[in-house]
Amino acid sequence: MSAPIAVHSLWTVAASSTTQTIPTPHIEYAQLSPMLVVFGAAALGILAEAFLPRRNRYWAQVGIAMAGLIGAFVAIVVLAAKGYAGANAHLAAMGAVAVDGPSLFLQGTIALVAIVAVLGFAERHLEPRSSTGAPVDAFAPQAATVPGSDAEKSAARSGFATTEVFPLTMFAVGGMLLFPAASDLLTMFVALEVFSLPLYLLCALARRRRLLSQEAAVKYFLLGAFSSAFFLFGLALIYGYAGTVSLGGIADVVSGTATPTPALANTTANDALLLIGLAMLGVGLLFKVGAVPFHAWTPDVYQGAPTPVTGFMAAATKVAAFGALLRLLYAAFPGVTWDWRPVLWGVAILTMVVGAIIAVTQTDVKRLLAYSSIAHAGFILTGVIAMNKAGVSAVLFYLGAYSFVTLGAFAVVTLVRDAGGEATHLSRWAGLGRRSPLVAATFALFLLAFAGIPLTSGFAGKFAVFQAAASSGATPLVIVGVLSSAVAAFFYIRVIVLMFFSDPRPDGPTVAVPSAFTATAIALGVLVTLGLGILPQYFLHLADQASVFVR
Amino acid sequence: MDNLIPVLVGLPLAGAAVLLLGGRRLDRFGHWLGVLASTASFGVGLALFFDMLSRSTAQRPAFDHLFTWVPVEGFQAQIGFQLDQLSVVFVLLITGVGSLIHLYSVGYMAHDERRRRFFGYLNLFLAAMLLLVLADNYLLLYVGWEGVGLASYLLIGFWQHKPSAATAAKKAFLVNRVGDIGLSIAIMLMFSTFGTFAFGPVFGAAHTASQGTLTGIGLMLLLAACGKSAQVPLQSWLGDAMEGPTPVSALIHAATMVTAGVYLITRSSAIFNLAPTAQLATVCVGAVTLLFGAIVGCAKDDIKKALAGSTMSQIGYMVMAAGLGPIGYVFAIMHLVTHGFFKAGLFLGAGSVMHGMNDEVDMRKYGGLRSYMPLTFVTFGLGYLAIIGFPGLSGFFSKDKIIEAAFAHGGTEGWILGCAALVGAAVTAFYMTRVMLMTFFGEKRWQPDAEGHEPHPHESPKTMGIPMVVLSIGSVGAGALFAWNSSFVNWLTPVTGHEEGHSPLSSWTVSGVTFAVIALGVLVSWLMYGRQPVPATPPVGSLLTRAARRDLLQDDFNHVVLVGGGTHLTRFLVYLDAKGFDGVVNGIAAAVGGTSGRMRKLQNGYVRSYALSMFGGALVLVATTLLMRAV
Repeated sequence: MSAPIAVHSLWTVAASSTTQTIPTPHIEYAQLSPMLVVFGAAALGILAEAFLPRRNRYWAQVGIAMAGLIGAFVAIVVLAAKGYAGANAHLAAMGAVAVDGPSLFLQGTIALVAIVAVLGFAERHLEPRSSTGAPVDAFAPQAATVPGSDAEKSAARSGFATTEVFPLTMFAVGGMLLFPAASDLLTMFVALEVFSLPLYLLCALARRRRLLSQEAAVKYFLLGAFSSAFFLFGLALIYGYAGTVSLGGIADVVSGTATPTPALANTTANDALLLIGLAMLGVGLLFKVGAVPFHAWTPDVYQGAPTPVTGFMAAATKVAAFGALLRLLYAAFPGVTWDWRPVLWGVAILTMVVGAIIAVTQTDVKRLLAYSSIAHAGFILTGVIAMNKAGVSAVLFYLGAYSFVTLGAFAVVTLVRDAGGEATHLSRWAGLGRRSPLVAATFALFLLAFAGIPLTSGFAGKFAVFQAAASSGATPLVIVGVLSSAVAAFFYIRVIVLMFFSDPRPDGPTVAVPSAFTATAIALGVLVTLGLGILPQYFLHLADQASVFVR
Repeated sequence: MDNLIPVLVGLPLAGAAVLLLGGRRLDRFGHWLGVLASTASFGVGLALFFDMLSRSTAQRPAFDHLFTWVPVEGFQAQIGFQLDQLSVVFVLLITGVGSLIHLYSVGYMAHDERRRRFFGYLNLFLAAMLLLVLADNYLLLYVGWEGVGLASYLLIGFWQHKPSAATAAKKAFLVNRVGDIGLSIAIMLMFSTFGTFAFGPVFGAAHTASQGTLTGIGLMLLLAACGKSAQVPLQSWLGDAMEGPTPVSALIHAATMVTAGVYLITRSSAIFNLAPTAQLATVCVGAVTLLFGAIVGCAKDDIKKALAGSTMSQIGYMVMAAGLGPIGYVFAIMHLVTHGFFKAGLFLGAGSVMHGMNDEVDMRKYGGLRSYMPLTFVTFGLGYLAIIGFPGLSGFFSKDKIIEAAFAHGGTEGWILGCAALVGAAVTAFYMTRVMLMTFFGEKRWQPDAEGHEPHPHESPKTMGIPMVVLSIGSVGAGALFAWNSSFVNWLTPVTGHEEGHSPLSSWTVSGVTFAVIALGVLVSWLMYGRQPVPATPPVGSLLTRAARRDLLQDDFNHVVLVGGGTHLTRFLVYLDAKGFDGVVNGIAAAVGGTSGRMRKLQNGYVRSYALSMFGGALVLVATTLLMRAV
């Protein structure tokens, strides 16, 4: 028997009901198809890795990955067209997965980001060819070999390639698609682990500077495990409080509309369980988005990971994690807004200020972008805090805009090289604008978008989140945000000045000519950056339509 | 049909984009692409015009809203177009005369290796000007306004290798900026008063605003108009702008760009009608400029600069007419259109003369060209008759109406304005006859240049001849066409409104007196330049002549007052900046940098420290969450 409880509010609609008996599991495969396609492609990739001869693997893996991602994107668009983003939104798979506007919007963003990222992974024109003449990519020839060992050298000589990166990426993407759609805490946790574990591995796979890369992976893994523990502990506490892990169920208990039972009366007598649990869940998610004080891993990992992976991580992880954070706060805990909102205020202010200020003295372009991503996490948090429909749509828009700028910027970083691989020290970028005006101009465009200059997507995004925050009464937050943006503009513009107004160094890096893969990735980045900047209206509208959570 | 309105702007804009981005491979035929874009736009304009003709008066204005750029509550940046009776007149003038000048430029710029770029700029100019007159709100109009400024900067400085051209371009740009500030302030005032930029709502709500606000908006719009239309006190750029290629002078500084100010005032008639002070300022500016330009025109020996003075003066007539209110708007626009024909024709004629004379511009070195260049002589001559207001030609109909309207303004003001207009007409006849006589009559006075090349005056190629012929037809017939059955007045009245004034003098008296003063001007000119030979070196001349040769000391005034004052002000500001603000700014920057350096140390690379910081952060997070409940 069912006990329908409709709790309507601005950003949630009540959907399916809780049931008392154990029903036969009912899975809506069609509605889960985006994730199923991606996981299927990942499994197929493993098989290809196992059974195909080495020389055929690269093209097979690229093909499988692209097919899977494009298929997933098409599935998402079809679902959205069938109205699952609006009127037909509901919970699939026994209430575990929400198929609604935010899910589909974020999944679509993640799928597109992944397509562009896989283009970067597939790049084989930048590294010099191996001695056998085989083109090689940005990843270690054989991940298991000890850096600097003979085994590594012979693997490099033979032109081996770690084509496992493609199935690993697909698993990560699958997890990311599930993460923002997860409608109960357990599914959310599983999704978190599913996308985190492949990322830890991917971070360790750099071809150059392998020790740095492995160190980054270990750091990421240890701290990630630490944060997952927080999340899991928070989950347990919340279950202890509410007796359910479903977001809708938690919301009912928190707001007091759930059917009272003796057990509930016992646990809900003390809100400490709820508040501590909520804070700990928050720690887990804030770690993933890279908010201060859980940001410490970001610069080290961004710097050490292979640059295409960094771009993927910076873009897609942020989208997925912010999606989950939004769902958690808007679908499960709107009843205790007054408890978590001030805390998030503090976190947002710290994140914006610390990210912007530390970035000022960075000398490595990847670390600079890492701190910039921290500052941007702060800007996005101001939209999350708004707690209104405009806030949701602004965050959705910002995530889409930001992820393509990030992908493009990291893709440009892979092009500027010298004998030791990528030349990431900023002093090496001096005068790049004279030597390669096109590449420098592209990078300048991305930097201007990061800084939020009008006619780029960054401006529209920042404007949207600040507007949402201001309309919810968080004016001081907006002031801090604008001041941090001013500080941040300094270091973005400084790089532009360095590229265009300094004399090139005689031993400066060269700009490698990429294959069509990276060129397409950068071109897409430029296109989206300008498109969302000049005509943001259509996409803001789309985000606005997709901003109602189902629960 | 209404969906075609954006195409008007889009065609030349696309042309400009293709020509400027297409690179050298377009060099061979790029100029024809430019001509095509312009004429196609003219064709679309004609189609829209006939479509408009077929509708009843109330149905004529057409609107097309494209999209809204970043709508924010209250602040709506609409990309929308409005094609009504007023804008269609401008569209036809801009694209029609523009296309002729494009065609002319094909011949005139034939030997310039950057011809493709020139046509790109011309197309860009057309697009901006069309955007200006088609916008349905002030914000979009401002975009076109700035675009016109940019395109004129590029075109005046087209021969940037000549320092004088580069300087002239810069001067035009800077002087125009002063006017642009006026427009932007006017727009801001409108937004703060009415909360919108759109023409309809602003004009509808104009009567609700206070007198002070309306006067403020009106004066700022007038300042903007002074900048673009080269009216006193922002007139100084127009003469120097003749450094640009002659087609540019014809297109921008005679037929279109300088008319933007008149358009702005006429379009904003609802505001000016309610702000008598702003109207008074407008008529004063117009009257002063029409005399100023005419006097300058008398003293110049450079044929283009003499015509530039005349342009300034004729625009002065239009601005004065627009300032007169409903009795003048229609005639301001009518004179604008006829002036567009005959002034463009005169400039193209001047260009043709220069083309035949090795780019010599000094009229004292011309003389007797009528037999060498018969076609140029005839077309130029018809333009000349039109501009002095010879009965039956275009200028007669439009200028007489303005003089009549000036008298009809009433009271002492009316008499002063009317007399100023009459004096202007006499002086116009004088200097235009002077130009005519010095160029086409008398003895030939040209000399071999420094390298010993004797000029061989010759008629220009067909691409240049055809536009001149077409424009001269317009110079002859447009006025009569417009005046016939008051067709032009009836056409524009729904937009600008029209009142018959009560002139103290009858229409025939005004015409008679005007004809008399014109004849006087021609006669004096003939006595001075026709009956006696023109000296090849200019005589010293009276104090007024010498001042007029220096543009009535406008540059000296600007230099002493504005440049001198500005230099001292900037010196003071630089001092203040270096000693005051920089200290504060550098202090903040140093503080941020120092904080950054110290905070960086927290990032020590040890994963245990990171874990500790996370743990501490988690503790604080949990504690504050609990605390929030407690407080």
